[in-house]
Amino acid sequence: MEALIKVKRYNPEESEDTYFQDYSVDVAEDSTILDSLIKIREEQDGTLSLRCSCRASICGSCSMRVNGSAKLVCKTRVKEISPDGEIITVEPMGNFKVIKDLVTEMDSFWSKMKSIDPYVKTSFEPEAEHIASNESMTHLLGVMNCIMCGACVSECTALEVDSTFTGPAALAKAYRFVADPRDEEANSRLGKLNENTGVWDCTRCLACVEVCPKDVAPMERIVKMRDLAIEEGYTNTSGYRHTESFNDSIKKHGRLDETRLALESTGLLNITGLIDLAKIGIKSLFRGKLPPILPHRPKDMKKVTSIAERLDNQGKEEE
Amino acid sequence: MKFAFYPGCVARGAAPELYKSTMMVVDKLGIELEEIEKAACTGAGVLQEKNQKLGDVLNVRTLALAEQMDLPIMTICSTCQGVISQANHRVVNDQEYLDEINEELAKEDLHYSGKTEVKHLLWILLEDIGVEPLQKMFNIDLSGFNFAPFYGCYLIRPSDALGMTKNPKRKHSLDIVIESTGAQSTDYAGKTRCCGFPILLINQKNSLKMVAKHTGDAKDSGADAMVTPCPLCHLNLDGYQAKARKQNKRGKADLPILHLPQLIGMAMGLDPKELGINKHLVSTANFIKSLKSKVA
Repeated sequence: MEALIKVKRYNPEESEDTYFQDYSVDVAEDSTILDSLIKIREEQDGTLSLRCSCRASICGSCSMRVNGSAKLVCKTRVKEISPDGEIITVEPMGNFKVIKDLVTEMDSFWSKMKSIDPYVKTSFEPEAEHIASNESMTHLLGVMNCIMCGACVSECTALEVDSTFTGPAALAKAYRFVADPRDEEANSRLGKLNENTGVWDCTRCLACVEVCPKDVAPMERIVKMRDLAIEEGYTNTSGYRHTESFNDSIKKHGRLDETRLALESTGLLNITGLIDLAKIGIKSLFRGKLPPILPHRPKDMKKVTSIAERLDNQGKEEE
Repeated sequence: MKFAFYPGCVARGAAPELYKSTMMVVDKLGIELEEIEKAACTGAGVLQEKNQKLGDVLNVRTLALAEQMDLPIMTICSTCQGVISQANHRVVNDQEYLDEINEELAKEDLHYSGKTEVKHLLWILLEDIGVEPLQKMFNIDLSGFNFAPFYGCYLIRPSDALGMTKNPKRKHSLDIVIESTGAQSTDYAGKTRCCGFPILLINQKNSLKMVAKHTGDAKDSGADAMVTPCPLCHLNLDGYQAKARKQNKRGKADLPILHLPQLIGMAMGLDPKELGINKHLVSTANFIKSLKSKVA
């Protein structure tokens, strides 16, 4: 079977410019993209650089962008991406500095991992093995599957505009310790994560969930930590006000009260923020498209609001 | 062809021109709509952060209301589509959870068996109407125009809940619909990225960087306008474009942001003003002028 692969090339020792190079390689029907790249390197072009090790989706070394989205190339078959012999585009991961061709520098990844203190913190020094019960750890199985390949970081839409954001991989790792029954520092961890560059900067775009080859679902862990931070009393954030206002709106009206959400999230004491909102409001008014003072309500609204009331109380009781 | 209609809060609130243009277009498309008047907000993923079950109950309630009407649901918002699809995906793959939610719904004499199909208008155009029949309803050839697609995260991810394996064309649906009008679909990196709206009120600086990047990149790639099936994306990309482009030194706000039904309406030859294209905050005057010169 012929695989047509277009590779993004870069060699700073020769030029700062990147370019695409087309390769055609004969591979077996069940070959992976990594098999194809290795064959190209061995038989056609020894200058092609890539990083790989286990070839069995355990080591996390070979994450690259395939047709615009990060994948472990050892886990991705040619046939799956190109069922009818379509050209496959392979590029280095996004949101990373490229060293050469498909090899990225992982320094920022590791420094963010370190920044969340990735170890269990206790007030005492365990004398023997510090064991947790099976039941208390099962909810962490998913997040412990992380092989630190960087695929989620590559596609993170928040990191794309702000490299200081802690990012999905490190935040998922932070959750692994926040929710570990043996860890005694959950409160201070959440306090730190509640600040700028932490949990509230996630856009909830789901890109990390979509590309993770191990179903770690980083975004879901981030969202969970927002809730945990609120429970721990960290409420002085726009993120908290936004969530609260949204919930209140549904409880009261069954629908979203856009005007109130904007005002309350901004903060009623944030004068510059409010002036800014007013500017957009006035512009919208001139175009005849300001949201109504009260939201458009569902028929039988009481039924919706009573469900919200009931389940809200249920949630509180469970806590 | 009849659907239970779920317009969503924004079409009923800050973007009334979306509601109106949808109504004008479905009429021509031969789609009959019956609005699910009792439906609540989907929670947009925000409510779910705090109380997943409440979000699921409200969305499964909407699915049950449609089941009672014996109709599939039509949405016109990527976020609504995504959040309802996610809830549907969770309950149809977990009978025990569905039973638990049905217990809540029973208090209102409602029950969901898991049969309701939920489709964005964008998918209906491709899957229920089809490109060729759609093109027969177009009266104006939009060739020469270049439109940048902007999908909205929840219409692209997560792919399993959105039925992308069964319907792989959904991944490119907006490109296909844009090209069906004769126009060119802009090739740029931002089309499946985040518009920044979810963090507009939380981290405005980052949110506006996203607006500036995507609108600026689309413009640099030759776009005359951007088209989106998501009114939340529209609010950010249109409403905050001027501030975002200025703050991030990406020039002036010069990229009109159109709602999907406005594009379809234009191709059908409907009046741009009636479609509300002049309602946007980024000026559409030059765009409307070039559109009119096309007709004349």
